Amino acid sequence: MEVLNEVKFTMPSLSVNEGTARAFVSSFIVQADPTVEELSDIRTAVSEAVTNAIVHGYRGTEGKIELTVRLLSGREIYIRIKDSGCGIPDVKQAMEPLYTTSPEEERSGLGFSVMESFMDKLTVRSRVGRGTVVTMRKRLSVHGR
Amino acid sequence: MDIDIRSENGAAIAHLRGEIDHHTAKDLRSQLDKFIINMQPELLAIDFADITFMDSSGIGLIMGRCKLMKECGGILEVRNPQPYIRRVMKLSGIERIVKVI
Repeated sequence: MEVLNEVKFTMPSLSVNEGTARAFVSSFIVQADPTVEELSDIRTAVSEAVTNAIVHGYRGTEGKIELTVRLLSGREIYIRIKDSGCGIPDVKQAMEPLYTTSPEEERSGLGFSVMESFMDKLTVRSRVGRGTVVTMRKRLSVHGR
Repeated sequence: MDIDIRSENGAAIAHLRGEIDHHTAKDLRSQLDKFIINMQPELLAIDFADITFMDSSGIGLIMGRCKLMKECGGILEVRNPQPYIRRVMKLSGIERIVKVI
């Protein structure tokens, strides 16, 4: 799959950057002319992944979150969100709907479910003590062409 | 993020404006809880008409307020979510717990 364009962005794990990450991804993918619904889906999935890195990866400590967005041939969007936080001991369990380790923060445990539902493909790789990499792909529709 | 709460005859409407994520939910949660505890409304309707973005943090926010309203003897309602925000609500199954109009 050919990479037509790519941007990378690194930000501190501050909760205010959840909105920054959404704005950054939106401004990049607008060039591919997504529908309003596709843009909403991608913004939501990015928000969930970045929030997970902040809330679960770094758990109140400050670290870096790396965001990579690519526009691939075939109107496919590739998004990679990497943190160097505490990692996930059991990825399969973490991906179960409603599973959360932060009920006191009113985390609903739906983050991965939203990412899976709103994107075409989701991959989560994690190592305890090293961090987590979330990769998502979504193919945009060919509309009005 | 902006919130405006109006109360009349035991019923209250909280009109929210802006984006709901983990960052903005903290302040919303605190303002709504303060109102619920102080005013003890019989009904609290949260109006989502001017919410332009919501991720699953919004689901946690609704579930938490629903629980607090029940503890205070009241009912929570969600009103006017945009179609896109309703999709997040449908995925969570929250409509089984809270009335969404």
